[in-house]
Amino acid sequence: MEGAPLSWYLILSAILFALGVAGFLFRRNIITVFMCIELMLNAVNLSFIAFSHKLNQVDGHIYAFFVMVVAAAEAAVGLAIILTVFKNRASLAIDDVSSMKY
Amino acid sequence: MRHLWLIPALPFAGFLLNGIFGRRASKAVVNAIAVGSVALSFLWVVKTLLSLGGMETPHAERYFTWIESGILNVGFELAVDRLTAVMLLVVTGVGLLIHIYSTGYMAHEGGYYRFFAYMNLFMFFMLILVMANNYLLMFVGWEGVGLCSYLLIGFFFLRRSASTAANKAFIVNRIGDFGFALAMFLMVVQFGTLDFAGIYPAAAEMPAEQTAGILTAIALLLFVGATGKSAQLPLYVWLPDAMEGPTPVSALIHAATMVTAGVYMVARSSALFLQAPLAMDVVAIVGLLTAVMAATIGLTQFDIKKVFAYSTVSQLGYMVLAVGVGAFGAGIFHLMTHAFFKALLFLGAGSVIHALSGEQDLRAMGGLRKKIPLTFATLLCAAVAIAGVPPFSGFFSKDEILLAAHHHAPWMYWVGVITAAMTAFYVFRAIFMAFFGDSRGHHHPHESPPSMILPLAVLALLSLAGGFIPVPRFLEPLFPAEGAHHDFALVAVSVGAGLLGIGLAWLFYVSKPGLADSAAARLGALYRLVYNKYFVDEIYDATVVRPLIGGSRAVLWRGVDAGVIDGAVNGIAQRSRDLGILLRMFQSGNIRSYAAWVLLGSVFVLAVLGVMGGLR
Repeated sequence: MEGAPLSWYLILSAILFALGVAGFLFRRNIITVFMCIELMLNAVNLSFIAFSHKLNQVDGHIYAFFVMVVAAAEAAVGLAIILTVFKNRASLAIDDVSSMKY
Repeated sequence: MRHLWLIPALPFAGFLLNGIFGRRASKAVVNAIAVGSVALSFLWVVKTLLSLGGMETPHAERYFTWIESGILNVGFELAVDRLTAVMLLVVTGVGLLIHIYSTGYMAHEGGYYRFFAYMNLFMFFMLILVMANNYLLMFVGWEGVGLCSYLLIGFFFLRRSASTAANKAFIVNRIGDFGFALAMFLMVVQFGTLDFAGIYPAAAEMPAEQTAGILTAIALLLFVGATGKSAQLPLYVWLPDAMEGPTPVSALIHAATMVTAGVYMVARSSALFLQAPLAMDVVAIVGLLTAVMAATIGLTQFDIKKVFAYSTVSQLGYMVLAVGVGAFGAGIFHLMTHAFFKALLFLGAGSVIHALSGEQDLRAMGGLRKKIPLTFATLLCAAVAIAGVPPFSGFFSKDEILLAAHHHAPWMYWVGVITAAMTAFYVFRAIFMAFFGDSRGHHHPHESPPSMILPLAVLALLSLAGGFIPVPRFLEPLFPAEGAHHDFALVAVSVGAGLLGIGLAWLFYVSKPGLADSAAARLGALYRLVYNKYFVDEIYDATVVRPLIGGSRAVLWRGVDAGVIDGAVNGIAQRSRDLGILLRMFQSGNIRSYAAWVLLGSVFVLAVLGVMGGLR
């Protein structure tokens, strides 16, 4: 990694994050939306790792592990929710899940 | 220390015991606590007075400092002097008899324990009132007896008329109490203390040019308080209505003790009043007018308790007249004899009502002489006493007052004599209507139980012989006699007036029973005016009560309460609601719109931080 400057990693991270946001905002399938969330988390992880390497500190790695653990837990709960939603509504369109409102 | 505090504390303990545990206790236990506490209090009074001896100087006991604020230092301080001694004996003695009587009279009423708890509480406050050694503590008793009066007038609170009468008594008394409170403020400003021992010497030393203003104001304001409590013009209206309470209450509170508190207070404040001649004149004239006016109303009433109630107002007028003309000793003397014979009149009336199972209308009585002879005999004793027939108690005290009035201004004497004639007439009218002639009701009268007859007998004895107790001489160290010598002609005239009243009553109601109705018919409008109590209640209602209620309704309720206060609260609530309606649009339930808002928000925060240079 000697040759690649920090900014490259950060730019890649930003691009991945922006893709995640865009997917989250514009895709209708719940599973896709869910995957976009994972994408955003991993984009952040990338910038954590990059900074950690650059600053020679271990904190960033620890954060990344935390994020992975949370993401795993979230995936378990999230997929369970998605399964239940699908069972009840026979649909995976995110716009159909809008009963929690005023 | 002679433990003066025990005197009021014993009835208070009775109140606490009966008030807290009385509901579950049997009647015998409630009786024992209520009567026992007052009896012990009475015995303690007797023991204390015997051990104090002559009481040339007041015996004061200070227990603790109650209020200390700037120049004002008010102690919880009780004192006994000769004036208090007379009051203590009257209050606890007559109070004890009436408690005993109540055990018989109230036997069939609900809320038995509640009645006796209130009665004991009343005794406590009344004793505080007469034993207080400063005006503020006296005011505590003053307000407390007013509270108990309210509670006991409204004892049958399910009856609308009773709760209305209780409210009336309480509200009218507030007006008087307001005067008392203002007088206390003025005393603090003027003398820097509320202790009797501090005020009276200072008042006596004030030069005449200073006393005219401030002392007259204080005395008049105190007298406003007295007109409320002692039912004088123009605040007497509550007392006749107070007869809604049980009859022992009428006897104890509204005849013998509480209503005389005003007279006691003026007598206690004699040092102030003597320095304010104008106030004294006002006191005397108000007393005289009250005596005459109430007596005329008493002539026409048919409810036996109302007759005696107006009689009480009238007799209180006599006492106020007495203190107004400077005959404080005579006023207290009449207070004592009146406590005897008026308590007896009410208790006797209660016995009659008890015998007739609740009938109070004189027109439905008649011929009871043979049916309830003991009640008749005792009531007759009270009647001759109040009519001023020598040598019974009312004769002595009334005579003292009339002589003092003559010494002050002869016309007052003559008005007093006319009132005496009317007094004799209306009391004997009631006696004759109830006990003579033929029975006009369908009742089966029965004589009252011994617990009611015994107090009647004791009071009858006191009514007959009470005049020989030399109260004015006993009080002379406090109230020097004004040198009114006994004039035989004046005495004869007043006695003659009393006998004339009795004779007329006999003529109208026994020998020629039709005469009263024809006389009433002949007098027409005048009779109706008096029968309707000069329409004073109606006038007050039209001039004070209705404007007050109307004004409160229009301004305070609709304007201030509904408009301003409710308006502000409702307005704030409505604005919050409107804002909420607007803001809840964000809660669309659409997840992607939330995400868009989150994005916009974070972009906004980043932009702001960037502009402010926070990202550096």
